[in-house]
Amino acid sequence: MRNGLEAALVGLAALAALLGAAFAKDNLFQAHAWVLFFVLAVSTVLLLRRVQFASSGKAVTEPDTSGYMDDVVRYGVIATVFWGIAGFLVGVVIAAQLAWPVFNIEPWFNFGRLRPLHTSAVIFAFGGNALIATSFYIVQRTTRARLFGGNLAWFVFWGYQLFIVMAATGYLLGITQSKEYAEPEWYVDLWLTVVWVAYLLVFAGTLARRKEPHIYVANWFFLSFIITVAMLHLVNNMAVPVSFLGVKSYSAFAGVQDALTQWWYGHNAVGFFLTAGFLGMMYYFVPKQAERPVYSYRLSIVHFWALIFLYIWAGPHHLHYTALPDWAQTLGMVFSVMLWMPSWGGMINGLMTLSGAWDKLRTDPVLRMMVISIAFYGMSTFEGPMMSIKSVNSLSHYTDWTIGHVHSGALGWNGMISFGAIYFLVPKLWNRERLYSLRLVNWHLWLATLGIVIYAAVMWVAGITQGLMWREYDDQGFLVNSFVETVNAIHPEYVMRTVGGLLYLLGAFLMVYNIWRTIRGDVRHEPAFAPVKSAA
Amino acid sequence: MDYNFLREVADSWGLLYLFILFVAVVAFTFRPGSKRVADDVAQIPFKEDENNGR
Repeated sequence: MRNGLEAALVGLAALAALLGAAFAKDNLFQAHAWVLFFVLAVSTVLLLRRVQFASSGKAVTEPDTSGYMDDVVRYGVIATVFWGIAGFLVGVVIAAQLAWPVFNIEPWFNFGRLRPLHTSAVIFAFGGNALIATSFYIVQRTTRARLFGGNLAWFVFWGYQLFIVMAATGYLLGITQSKEYAEPEWYVDLWLTVVWVAYLLVFAGTLARRKEPHIYVANWFFLSFIITVAMLHLVNNMAVPVSFLGVKSYSAFAGVQDALTQWWYGHNAVGFFLTAGFLGMMYYFVPKQAERPVYSYRLSIVHFWALIFLYIWAGPHHLHYTALPDWAQTLGMVFSVMLWMPSWGGMINGLMTLSGAWDKLRTDPVLRMMVISIAFYGMSTFEGPMMSIKSVNSLSHYTDWTIGHVHSGALGWNGMISFGAIYFLVPKLWNRERLYSLRLVNWHLWLATLGIVIYAAVMWVAGITQGLMWREYDDQGFLVNSFVETVNAIHPEYVMRTVGGLLYLLGAFLMVYNIWRTIRGDVRHEPAFAPVKSAA
Repeated sequence: MDYNFLREVADSWGLLYLFILFVAVVAFTFRPGSKRVADDVAQIPFKEDENNGR
């Protein structure tokens, strides 16, 4: 009997959720338990429909477990695209809410609740699914072994989707522990812990049964991402729930310790989730798409260790000029500035992989997408250390400059390398000769790039405007501007930021159409990007 | 084990330990003969595919 046990377990979990709703201590927990019940009940029905009984006449078909396990990667690619669209769309909505407050629809869809929905959807749902899918793909190819643990990989995939749904619905209901990028309350955190341990088991188990003696550098980055995120998640979310059937919990830390723990978590979420994990993608997909090995393998190893040794100390730069001890602020600043070196070493390594093959950029928009992502990696890892310098930070902190910086990294580096990976993976995973249309990839590339450039540029203007207006004193020592005047001053930039986001979203819609047609098996007849005739 | 102890370890022996460890890692990476090994393993992504790991 296949899927029988799974269906029974999910059904029991649905019953538990129903009991949670019945005996909930507060209304929010009750509402959230109802959400969980409906999700699990529907899952149970779907699983039951897929149960195979041996007595139904024919023998139970055993799935083929000899080759690579790619079904879960296919689901992962689709989930990445789905959550990407959701996250970008919510981003455009909240950008519009800032420009035109009328778009705030209380209570569920105002800015305060949609903002964590946006950040979690793009980082953890879009980025997380991209990381899980590509790490499962890459670890199998570079170890030449099937994923470890059988259906455990499916548990990781569906368990992670459940985490996303619970986190997202929690935000809309107003359930939050108010820690940035770690908003979900204790019970959702516990669930993510279970899923993440399973993820580590699948990944490390696959490494353990590798047929390739050497562990390729991309896997080092993925493994460090999985382990470090586990550590960060566990420490930052240490909390005592008020009731086991209620949403509220209290952090194990208080005051400045809580703030430092939060930003130790927050910055290393950037460092290990959005950097190390995505560098794993870079070190596999860029060589594959360029059809040449990485420029310097030894540089990639130094890149890895330097990043690991330095990143973990950079968090205090989020707390300049606060109650945090001065030495800790300086420590955070110094380590952030030192991060320039591994970051740029990695960027050079990625870009120089194309050395001798730069002409491919003329004919291959997917490679172009990966290269532009590396360029944005270089730009945002230059800007970040600069902003962490205390005197710069005194101008930039709390302004939209920070928002612009985050988006040049997230849209440029994380987004573009993920799109490149998706365009690489879809024809391979669905056995298609090539993508439906390379012209559409090119359109996606330029729409997205234009969107990011507009976004980052107007946020620089907005941020510096805010920073200068906030610190402007008159000759008697009074502040010149009230806060609302600074908000008024940057309204045009907020409108243009929405336009930038819309362009990026539009590009993502082109990707959806393109991969949908590719999966269907269509090929658009279009003139190839002609290589330029050599002068010789 | 209080704050002061951790703090003193962090900016003395702990710092020295991590620094030496890091230098050792870099030195090992660039040890003589490592280039040949590195060029070899850099080819790993191109070894796969044909029969899908079977």
